[in-house]
Amino acid sequence: MLWLLFLLVTASHAELCKPDAENAFKVRLSIKTALGDQSYTWDTNEEYLFRAMVAFSMRKVPNREATEIAHVLLCNITQRVSFWFVVTDPSKNHTLPAVEVQSAIRMNRNRINNAFLLNDQTLEFLKIPATLGPPTDSAVPVWIIIFGVVFCIVIVAITLLILSGIRQRRRKSKGLPEVEDAEDKCETPITVENGIPCDPLDTKEVHLNEAFVPEGERLTPL
Amino acid sequence: MAMNRLKRWTSFSVPPRELSPAESLQSQIRKQDFVLGSFLVPYIIMLILEGMPLLYLELAVGQRMRQGSIGAWRTISPYLGGVGVASVVVSFFLSMYYNVINAWAFWYIFHSFQDPLPWSVCPLNANRTGYDEECEKASSTQYFWYRKTLNISPSIQENGGVQWEPALCLILAWLVVYLCILRGTESTGKVVYFTASLPYCVLIIYLVRGLTLHGATNGLAYMFTPKLEQLANPKAWINAATQIFFSLGLGFGSLIAFASYNEPSNNCQKHAIIVSLINSATSIFASIVTFSIYGFKATFNYENCLNKVILLLTNSFDLEDGFLTPSNLEQVKSYLASAYPSQYGEVFPRITNCSLEAELDTAVQGTGLAFIVYTEAIKNMEVSQLWSVLYFFMLLMLGIGSMLGNTAAILTPLTDSKAITRHLPKEAISGLVCLISCAVGMVFTMEAGNYWFDIFNDYAATLSLLLIVLVETIAVCYVYGLRRFEGDLQSMTGRNLNWYWKIMWAGVSPLLIISLLLFYLSDYILTGTLQYQAWDASQGQLVTKDYPAYALVFIGLLVASATMCIPLVALGTFVMHQLKRGDAAPVA
Repeated sequence: MLWLLFLLVTASHAELCKPDAENAFKVRLSIKTALGDQSYTWDTNEEYLFRAMVAFSMRKVPNREATEIAHVLLCNITQRVSFWFVVTDPSKNHTLPAVEVQSAIRMNRNRINNAFLLNDQTLEFLKIPATLGPPTDSAVPVWIIIFGVVFCIVIVAITLLILSGIRQRRRKSKGLPEVEDAEDKCETPITVENGIPCDPLDTKEVHLNEAFVPEGERLTPL
Repeated sequence: MAMNRLKRWTSFSVPPRELSPAESLQSQIRKQDFVLGSFLVPYIIMLILEGMPLLYLELAVGQRMRQGSIGAWRTISPYLGGVGVASVVVSFFLSMYYNVINAWAFWYIFHSFQDPLPWSVCPLNANRTGYDEECEKASSTQYFWYRKTLNISPSIQENGGVQWEPALCLILAWLVVYLCILRGTESTGKVVYFTASLPYCVLIIYLVRGLTLHGATNGLAYMFTPKLEQLANPKAWINAATQIFFSLGLGFGSLIAFASYNEPSNNCQKHAIIVSLINSATSIFASIVTFSIYGFKATFNYENCLNKVILLLTNSFDLEDGFLTPSNLEQVKSYLASAYPSQYGEVFPRITNCSLEAELDTAVQGTGLAFIVYTEAIKNMEVSQLWSVLYFFMLLMLGIGSMLGNTAAILTPLTDSKAITRHLPKEAISGLVCLISCAVGMVFTMEAGNYWFDIFNDYAATLSLLLIVLVETIAVCYVYGLRRFEGDLQSMTGRNLNWYWKIMWAGVSPLLIISLLLFYLSDYILTGTLQYQAWDASQGQLVTKDYPAYALVFIGLLVASATMCIPLVALGTFVMHQLKRGDAAPVA
């Protein structure tokens, strides 16, 4: 009797989960590609974890909080590693509709990936497209900021050069009449150093510097 | 005036602009067939036969006549002032379109400060389920170039409007050029030191990085293995000759302008040989860097292709992950073909044949692809932001260096003429030239702008330069007289003219140029009409289209406006002489 029941159960399982069955999904893992030396081997324990993750995702769907690990069936496991899975309802007679399973997996894709240390490319659910991450866009594009900085520097440099050029030209054209003015006035400027006026050079009187003895007086005449 | 010129240039014995790697790298970018397996042999031969003699000729003319290009040729013969005018016109065309490359370099630099680089990932499509369609069909670097940078239209007829982003970058590029030429030759000289030496530093950094990249040796092996069948193809020689022209800057008038500032006793023969050798050494050095990066990119793509095939086979046959490697791929493929023939037959059409040779052979054409190839290689390197900024900064320095040379060639005759300098200060003249060129350059920022850019790139300079240099050589050897010129050089420099130069100037070089001209003409006549490459967004690749009638007329005008200067000015001088003789006769 028990033997018959067991046969019935496995037969029904085989019915529900087989390649291209209704509401079945194929999963493909590329563990060696993703992890290289640190890859783990795929065994029944990993399969248990997978079934647990799928059950966890289904439990998050309203009305499906009663999903158990035993309701997730795996079949056709190859060396690739790839397999098919279905999720059955508590009666274990029907499989849950593909749409529900799909949306549940999509919601929790990140958690499932992280449980296996894989990503969207190495843990593939065929027929369940991954939601691509939104691009990070800052409010002002970065390039405009840098453009603005360089632009301002260049404008400032050009303005400085033009202004200095104009000033040089003005100085040159005013240079000649200024020299003539100074010679007309002929004032001796009084320089003040530390609050004490320096003695201006007295050009009117002649001062003899005694240190320099005139040549003729030193030598005795012939 | 002469004393002024001496004062300004006594600080350098070799004008640094001539040593600038600007022309050599920029000419590589402009060159039609960037990747020619055996370009070294034609390049060196053309350098010896064409480059050195013509460079020496131009330097000698400038040094002897001590005037800019217009005045120098007028001194040689009053009827040949048109040669100088033609050089100025060609320089003007060149400066109009060349600064757009600097604008693109600015654009890429500003976009290099992001992580990840914007050309390394495709943007998402509207409902976030996949990537943008155009980006999927082409690659992300091509998408960034054609869509984000240029926003190119499907054909030259559809103009579109001016894009404000490239327009801003173009304005910035012109402002930078104006800043450098503002004060005239003194400031330009100092800037050229900077723009000529910095690219060498970056090239050395890139050389070290490039040679340590995985797969660089593949590119180098490809560069140095001569492909004898390509040597027989005349196109290789034509390309080498044209590249020498651009790389040395012959025919633009800038060489004559710079040489006119040299002292009369300067040994311009040694000058010419040194400059051309340094120039070609820089070209070869830059090619080594280029080919090592190219080899890295080709190897990366090849390995990607192999990995895709491996993934396809692994998925179709549910083989164990990691079982298929590049080394046993062929064996396993033949095993699968024999063991599961029907299944293999289904998968077979999707298996692409990956070949490293094919990746290396992809011919690179046009300026745009030079941007695409490098960005593709850079995005796969570590710390790609740094390499990107370095590379485009170097490109910018080279571009600005070339622009300075071009604008100097235009401004020297303008500032030499008393009529203009009396009314306007030299800052205003430079400002006006920059403003006009910038306004015209806005055409290249429209959606169809890149097609007009290609027109300028292909036709504005090539034919006109060849003709100008031909007329120059014939003028010096036959109109002015080779013996007379030889005597002038001897009295000026105190050295005898070597028989080698005499043979080159009088015979070999003119013949070479005539054969080049004939080849271009015959090529045009054989193909019938001129065609261009247009970007098809729906297919994600370039398609060939014919130029419309008005574009062909424009091309004709471009070539004619430079070349017709020579006969027109000759005719004008002749007519004026006749009139003067007519006036003088009644008086006498």
